[in-house]
Amino acid sequence: MTLPPYADLLGVTIEQADDTAPPVLVMPFADDVLGRPGFLHGGAISGLLEMAAIAALQHALEAEGGGRIKPVTVTVDFMRGGRDKPTRASGVVTRLGTRVANVEATAWQDSPDAPIAAARMNYLLVRG
Amino acid sequence: MTDFDVRRFTKWVGGHGAAIGYGYHAHGDDWAELALPYAEQLVGDPDSGVIASGPIIALMDMAASLGIWAKLGTFKPIATLDLRVDYLRPATPGRTVIGRGECYRLTRSIAFVRGQAHDGDAADPIAHIAGTYMFLEPKA
Repeated sequence: MTLPPYADLLGVTIEQADDTAPPVLVMPFADDVLGRPGFLHGGAISGLLEMAAIAALQHALEAEGGGRIKPVTVTVDFMRGGRDKPTRASGVVTRLGTRVANVEATAWQDSPDAPIAAARMNYLLVRG
Repeated sequence: MTDFDVRRFTKWVGGHGAAIGYGYHAHGDDWAELALPYAEQLVGDPDSGVIASGPIIALMDMAASLGIWAKLGTFKPIATLDLRVDYLRPATPGRTVIGRGECYRLTRSIAFVRGQAHDGDAADPIAHIAGTYMFLEPKA
């Protein structure tokens, strides 16, 4: 799985990938992802969540022959400020339909049980 | 009227805003617009050259925040509670994206915003947003 140029700007890499589970992505704390001093930018967190959702969706789609995806809506809830430490994120495909997929992605720092942000996303699918 | 200088504040943009490259475009009493020039490093789909949705969210998050401070007439620390983005169509590769955030309601603790992004024609938007922000200190 390759990540797009925007992932490079964010510094996002795939930390953990195997065939059985959606990949976990990691984004280091850096100047390029800062918002107000000392905290991550909400846009950078959203970008990480989007990458995690797409990675999870591609992972699920590949098992069914692949396809193209188009984002329709994304809703992000911000729960905690992102501090000076790495942020991890992974996505779960809650429904993979013929034309639409629903994906949830969560971002965390200390523990997956204490998310800093979560996103619900709807994608249109163009099956391969 | 607002005493909050949106244009001057936008010049201090650093961090992620500087990394993706948005800057001041226009503002009014309760709204602000930022411009995000097209750049290779923003691309989310290398096959088509369309930029990722992350930079659009970052752009709209900041435009909405500026709209809130414009309406308030001053800067106050805020935190995004939630932000919903509807992608109406892909941004055209090569075009600058203009993001407009408008604060349509302020309460003691919460600011409600809406906005649109377009890539040249405001009547043909690429995205629509709705969000809520919380004041870190309650409004006086």
